[in-house]
Amino acid sequence: MLDLRQYTSLGAALTAALERWPSETCLIEADRDREKVRLTYSDFKETARPLCRALEDADFKAGDRAAIIMTNQSKWLISAYCIFFCGGVLVPLDYKLSAAEHLQLLAHSKARFLIVEYYLWRAITQSPEFSKLAAEIVLVTEAPVGVDLHGAYRWEEFRRKGEPRLVARQREDTACIVYSSGTGGRPKGCVLTHDAYLEQCAALTAWYPFWPGVRYLSILPTNHAIDFMVGFIGPFVCGACVVHLRTLRPEFVRDAFVRYRITYVSLVPMVLKNLERGLRAKFDELPKKKRWVLNRLIGLNKALTRGRPHVALSRRLLPQVHKAFGGELLALIVGGAFTDPATMQFFYDLGIPVTCGYGLTEACTAVTLNDLKPFRPDTVGKPLPGSEVRILNPDSDGIGEVAVRSRAVMSHYLDDPELTAQTIVEGWLLTGDLGRFETHGHLQLFGRKKNMIVTEGGKNIYPEDIESMFDGLPAKEFCVFAANYLWPPKSLGENKEMLVLVIRLEQGQQFDERLRAEVEARNRRLPDFKRLNGYLIWETDFPRTASLKIKRGELATNIGKSGGRTAVVEI
Amino acid sequence: MPTTDQTLDEILSLAATHFKVPREKLTPDDDFFKMLAIDSLQALDLLTRLEQHFRIELPDYELQGVSDFRTLAQRIQSRL
Repeated sequence: MLDLRQYTSLGAALTAALERWPSETCLIEADRDREKVRLTYSDFKETARPLCRALEDADFKAGDRAAIIMTNQSKWLISAYCIFFCGGVLVPLDYKLSAAEHLQLLAHSKARFLIVEYYLWRAITQSPEFSKLAAEIVLVTEAPVGVDLHGAYRWEEFRRKGEPRLVARQREDTACIVYSSGTGGRPKGCVLTHDAYLEQCAALTAWYPFWPGVRYLSILPTNHAIDFMVGFIGPFVCGACVVHLRTLRPEFVRDAFVRYRITYVSLVPMVLKNLERGLRAKFDELPKKKRWVLNRLIGLNKALTRGRPHVALSRRLLPQVHKAFGGELLALIVGGAFTDPATMQFFYDLGIPVTCGYGLTEACTAVTLNDLKPFRPDTVGKPLPGSEVRILNPDSDGIGEVAVRSRAVMSHYLDDPELTAQTIVEGWLLTGDLGRFETHGHLQLFGRKKNMIVTEGGKNIYPEDIESMFDGLPAKEFCVFAANYLWPPKSLGENKEMLVLVIRLEQGQQFDERLRAEVEARNRRLPDFKRLNGYLIWETDFPRTASLKIKRGELATNIGKSGGRTAVVEI
Repeated sequence: MPTTDQTLDEILSLAATHFKVPREKLTPDDDFFKMLAIDSLQALDLLTRLEQHFRIELPDYELQGVSDFRTLAQRIQSRL
């Protein structure tokens, strides 16, 4: 890979990468089973050049902000590169937000330029707030012939001849403004410098290198912190290849693993769990004898990989499993929310290492990561090189707020000095997450500080921690709340505190005796002060963020409005 | 070419059959995530079924922001 120390900006590093590996494939875009785009680094440069020139001509200057709203595709990366080349600041927005939210963030970020996919632009122009859009130039991709673009240009035609000039930026200059979705509350614009990204990239690739020929399957949205780094910057500065899929239908995703012989992919825990379910169902369909053999081979693989992964060996022991993933998968990367250790162990035992990490947008991408030496499904790993992590005000169990100091931490929240001052204190980023270090220096997380419940006995309990006891419960989803949080008492001491398990069942499922027994059995394994007092069946899917975390605040509000504590069935 | 109402009716029938929900329980303005008890991945599966039935291609984005059968029918109708 490139030695990133010599570059002062993402534009400079990416430009060097385009020169360094001209013949290597850098980008493949597939739509279902059709390959739409395949670019070498040289092709990418040739495609980007006229767009860079056109941006220059349109007076897009150093420090100007340009937003991108698109699903994952080659045009996303080409546009982002051009913005960096011209010295601009990228504002990557989540395509899953509504038009009203897009307009709100565009206004907040003061993006001068907007590069947007047609169907999203169509929604924006149909919004009652459309007249408030302040972007001076809008480029729309894949607009059908003859449609009214409301003053926008077609991305494919926004081109000029000539040689554009790379605009120099310093490491301390802003590279991106990334809006943090969080799990509730208003979005916050994290201002991240070129230094943050270059340092983070160097740290991550030190543990998980990319090289020419590596193929990363980009499923998570590229505006998301993980995919932006691991599905764009990281692969490019190493000469590797990114594979984009225009559809996330499971049959085409499965096909992509095999067709493109994927090396790495990042997933959120929910998708990993779905993958596990699918595999388990396939294993259950095997004839008894074959299942017996498979189980023995999995057991052998588990024993031989106890200390560290041996992917080559695992592929020989379990060839059919690995063939289904294309035969060259080195690891699944998972993050964004709590991941069930049993799920990670399931894949590891098959010889597919799962590396789990912890990060937040405010810290660029990742703060800690498992290095698989050895595999630890019960932690979120060790601090990355260059990251200092402290536990503030630990309680008697060593659990306290996680604080981070590193060059990857954001410089501030856009136009919000008050929130910045509350969040970055004496150089330390206060994450709002609760954790502790165990004896081998791995971080374990226990939930969000604001979700913490203090019992009458003065004990701290974390709903997410209790939920982990119920992982694998045969229900669609579940969440733990304090009853007083759902239905706030009108006076002190009005209601005894109760912990409630809110359960959303699968279609057609009943909360029968078997499920009740399962809940009770797991509940009994908890220390008494963490035990649930009751359960509540909830009839709709839990609201989730773009990265599939439960929006606890919104769910709690909905539950609170729907009825009182009498709806809770005691366990 | 079928009318939008005819398209809507076919969608309701198809969804009821595929997700094993009584047809009479589904109405055009229903939230199909709720009525069919499905998540976003299963909704993509519904999209695939509809593609096969109407012999058209529906990009994933046609589902974005759509949660009722009527709007889904309009999106499909525009591609017939």
